[in-house]
Amino acid sequence: MAKARVKVPRSVKKGQVFEVKSLVSHKMETGLRKNKKTGKKIPRDIINKFTVNYGGKEVFSADWHPAVSANPYTSFFVKAGASGPMILKWTDDAGKVTEKTVKINVSG
Amino acid sequence: MSEKIITRKIRRRDLLAMAGTGVIAVAGIGLVAGQAKADAAAVAKLMKTHIGGKTPKSGRVTLELPQIAENGNTVPIAVEVQSPMTSSDYVKTLHVYAEGNPSPEVATFRFSPESGKARVSTRMRMRGSQNIIAVAEMSDGSVYMGKKAVKVTIGGCGG
Repeated sequence: MAKARVKVPRSVKKGQVFEVKSLVSHKMETGLRKNKKTGKKIPRDIINKFTVNYGGKEVFSADWHPAVSANPYTSFFVKAGASGPMILKWTDDAGKVTEKTVKINVSG
Repeated sequence: MSEKIITRKIRRRDLLAMAGTGVIAVAGIGLVAGQAKADAAAVAKLMKTHIGGKTPKSGRVTLELPQIAENGNTVPIAVEVQSPMTSSDYVKTLHVYAEGNPSPEVATFRFSPESGKARVSTRMRMRGSQNIIAVAEMSDGSVYMGKKAVKVTIGGCGG
């Protein structure tokens, strides 16, 4: 399982729009590179799907193509509803899923 | 007839490249021609499959990219779309295309009214200097487009 890091504010006010920064380690092999010794193409292996669930809803998602850099970094925004978990999920070509849950603390 | 004109143009370009940077440059052009290469036409075709026959209006979409990117392997990119992001008026999807990459598709982002703000930043690969295009589909069906040119010193697509 790939390593993932997610950063959210320690606490947010209800209705506040806050930034979520995420970083996942993945080589994001494009399928275009060649192995220098054998001359064979290295097969494509990228994260093609990224989804974010919060408050029981999918609030943000992305489809990625080989043009996304290795160890994909993404930052996006979410409006604070109620306190609860935010689940970030990355799925790669091999079907491997990396999941990370962060707690959103909503005050007031 | 038109084909003849095109081949003549390419030849002239090759000659110019040879004069400018030597034979290595010509060998490079040969390699590029062998690969499938995205261009403005490929982007237009792909855009059509995504947004249908709609014509994107310019405006509301802002791309933040460096003017000159030293390393094509990781070029920071941020795209922001002006929208109130309410349940009746929000940005549904945002497509990012690259005109000069082996494949024109970069990423598609889906927002919701709970996003609060239609802004996303990430890092992307660029094979060379090119135009990056972002197209936003709004909840009311309208489509907006933004474009920015980036110069790349070292390309980052392998191959």
